[in-house]
Amino acid sequence: MLNLLWLIPALPFLGFLLLAVFGGRMNKTGVAFLGVGSVGISALLTILIGIDFISSPPDGYSFNQTLWVWMNIAGFKPGIAFHLDSLSLIFTFAISFVGFLIHIYSAEFMIDDEGYSRFFAYMNLFVALMITLVLADNFLLLYLGWEGVGLCSYLLIGFWYKEPANVYAANKAFIVTRIGDTSMAIGLFLLVLHFNTLDIQNILQSVSTQWVRGSSLAVLTAFLLLGGALGKSAQLPLQTWLPDAMAGPSPVSALIHAATMVTAGVYLIARTHTLFDFAPIAQNAVATIGALTLLIAGFSALTQTDIKKVLAYSTISQIGYMFLALGVGAWALGIFHFMIHAFFKALLFLAAGAVINALHHEHNMFKMGGLRKELPVVYWTFLIASASLAAFPLITAGFYSKDEIIWYSWASNIGSPWLWLISLIGAFITSVYTFRMVFAIFFGEQKTPVSQKPGKRIKITLIVLAALSVLGGFVELPETMGGFAPFTHFLHHTLPAVALRSEESGIELLFQIITAVLTLAGIYLAYQFYFKNVKFTERFKQTGLSKFLFSGCGFDWLYDRAFMYPAIFFARINRNDFIDNIYTFITWLSTALNGMLIKTQTGRIRWYATVITMGAVITLTIVLVS
Amino acid sequence: MLTIFYLSAVVAVVSTMMVITRKEAVHALLYLIVSLLAISIIFFALGAPFIAALEVIIYAGAIMVLFIFVVMMLNLGRESIQQERQLLKPRMWFGPVILTLILIVEFIILFSKIRGQNYHALSISPKVVGVSLFSTYLLGVELSAMLLMAGIVGAYYLGKGKKRIMHRYLANTGSDSKAKGETK
Amino acid sequence: MTFVPFESGLILAAVLFLLGLIGVLVRRNIIFMLLSTEIMLNASGLAFVTASARWMQPEGQVMFIFILAMAAAEVSVGLALIMQIYHQFKTLDTDTLNNMKG
Repeated sequence: MLNLLWLIPALPFLGFLLLAVFGGRMNKTGVAFLGVGSVGISALLTILIGIDFISSPPDGYSFNQTLWVWMNIAGFKPGIAFHLDSLSLIFTFAISFVGFLIHIYSAEFMIDDEGYSRFFAYMNLFVALMITLVLADNFLLLYLGWEGVGLCSYLLIGFWYKEPANVYAANKAFIVTRIGDTSMAIGLFLLVLHFNTLDIQNILQSVSTQWVRGSSLAVLTAFLLLGGALGKSAQLPLQTWLPDAMAGPSPVSALIHAATMVTAGVYLIARTHTLFDFAPIAQNAVATIGALTLLIAGFSALTQTDIKKVLAYSTISQIGYMFLALGVGAWALGIFHFMIHAFFKALLFLAAGAVINALHHEHNMFKMGGLRKELPVVYWTFLIASASLAAFPLITAGFYSKDEIIWYSWASNIGSPWLWLISLIGAFITSVYTFRMVFAIFFGEQKTPVSQKPGKRIKITLIVLAALSVLGGFVELPETMGGFAPFTHFLHHTLPAVALRSEESGIELLFQIITAVLTLAGIYLAYQFYFKNVKFTERFKQTGLSKFLFSGCGFDWLYDRAFMYPAIFFARINRNDFIDNIYTFITWLSTALNGMLIKTQTGRIRWYATVITMGAVITLTIVLVS
Repeated sequence: MLTIFYLSAVVAVVSTMMVITRKEAVHALLYLIVSLLAISIIFFALGAPFIAALEVIIYAGAIMVLFIFVVMMLNLGRESIQQERQLLKPRMWFGPVILTLILIVEFIILFSKIRGQNYHALSISPKVVGVSLFSTYLLGVELSAMLLMAGIVGAYYLGKGKKRIMHRYLANTGSDSKAKGETK
Repeated sequence: MTFVPFESGLILAAVLFLLGLIGVLVRRNIIFMLLSTEIMLNASGLAFVTASARWMQPEGQVMFIFILAMAAAEVSVGLALIMQIYHQFKTLDTDTLNNMKG
């Protein structure tokens, strides 16, 4: 069964090829069948392989499959090879399964779009490359997937390319992530330079045996890889592209910009955890960046009016939690939060897409309202996902994943009270902005009539994801609730367990209660300010602070002034390109010489003969004289 | 033999001078034939009887006849002689003659450096020439065959039509407009 | 057989060649220019044959034969061109035929 591993990325890729070549000639049913089917079989295979892997684990809890040697240059020979262990299995599962559900959803959601087959071709390519990324045995293949998903992201953000704003958003996403990717490429060059290989397991082994903990080389490499992760995962300071990336269709936002691609940075850091272990400064930076990002993005989400922008900032903020978990050494919890987040955030985006579709492409959530009766399925699933996002105590999966991150940010041996405090505030804000969204969309009076109700395929997707958003949490219970944690046990075959400062299980319960109370308080606050007492919020909207937060804390403004304006300024100064003048002079010179030569071209044969004779005279004279 | 050489050399030079000064093409051609015959005798004196024969047969016989044909065909009458007189002004001779004088002086200086190497002029038989031609220089023979072929094809093509050469586009415009008119 | 001095043969060739050259430079009638070119070719052939006699080698004569073949081809194409030119422009004056002026 494990030998079929290569089929998981190969099937969506085949789907992409078929759709790209024949998609234009197929009818929509055929396209949907092919596009959804390829990912569906891939998801089924993942589950079967997963069962096989867990029931009869291979040696060393990992499985390698080399298809062929990609290139072989002076001993450097990366292969097209896949590496399956508990970490990549979980990622592959999340990607293929959530991807499959989103494909089912898109089959209905995009039905009226003229680019139906193009959409599925891109989506299939994305799934193939994303699975390649997480299954890659070496960094080169990983980088191929990494850049490939970036390309798909670009193509899908600008999917409705006839709107210039979408194309700008796509360009912005591509260019900003490129900054991180360049940094990551340099990091990979460093690794090749030192180990002459890009095989991930080999490198991690060599790092732990050859490098010194905290050496500048390890720190530098870790920071360069971190740069790549920051760009892809939209963390501070490269987070500005994600809110604009919402220009793409809602399924794209759900699959790429919530569930999978943006968490590639989390995967990269978890995959190279040994390296970050050897660079404590870099690991601290991961935690700090995660904490700052979750706070800033949370505050920004609080003021947004576009439903998808709220979700985008919320995604940035939740990935901040994952980074925080990784940064304090709670590797497995970061991955756990990734999985749960993939379920509920995909669900939120899909439900939001259904709402937007139902209301004539209305994005502003304050023009919605009262949809509770009109769209009951969407309402209930959205409510479950929101509860999960806000970490509603005990019954939602989000509670189990987020609560433990908050706890470990205090209790881990590299955690600190500051990180704990920030993550706690973040959790509070999360519940406020989440339920602000719920109240605005589904309660109050109806402001826009519903034009189109979601069909069967959309409802099924929403319900399955809602079930996962609730039940997904019970594979991982905190110590205080029995400590039933098969998920972390499974992951500990690949990732080390979190190291605690001391056994403080008595405090843990107290901390959980604090978190739970704050979450409930956040929901109440949202109820007060956004449902009962709207006047106060109206006044708040006029303040400068609100506008500052609305603009994403002014990062776009800052980058415009720090990078764009100087670049434009220099471009304007150098409009005539003075280096070019050298070449212009050369052209001018040859034109001038050409002009002189043209004068000798009289068209008279006798003149030419005379010149030849004069040449003979001069040559002979030189011969005779010398 | 030496006297024959010098005599024919003088004849060749004088007749060649006549060639380049004549106004009428046929006169010039006849003088050129005289010059070629004289050179043929020189070849004989140099011990190249085969080349002397070729000079008479091909140069004087074939090539010059070709010239005469063309001149006859063009049928340049008295007007052309008048025209030639206008074209050939005495002051035009000045520059070229100076240039050539310099060249001849330089040649004589060059040749005087190889004086004093005596040799016995022996006749080289056509057989030796033929053996050399068809063994060592076989490739050259093939190439000149190709050249002659190209010359034949080129001359045939150029001489074939008196059709006015027009640009393809210009030639087509007329028929195009006609076609358009028909479709209307 | 008495010998002909090598340098006198070469000087004769040079004189004939330069006379041909004068012809090319002075005459404007294209037929005369072609004739002068023939003179020059013939003169260079004479130089080859002289050299052949001097070193008792057949190569010079072989070269003369090649020159002969070349002259024949050149004259046939050249004369065909002259006829075309005369038909198109009704003149043989090369100075008025400078349509290809650069």
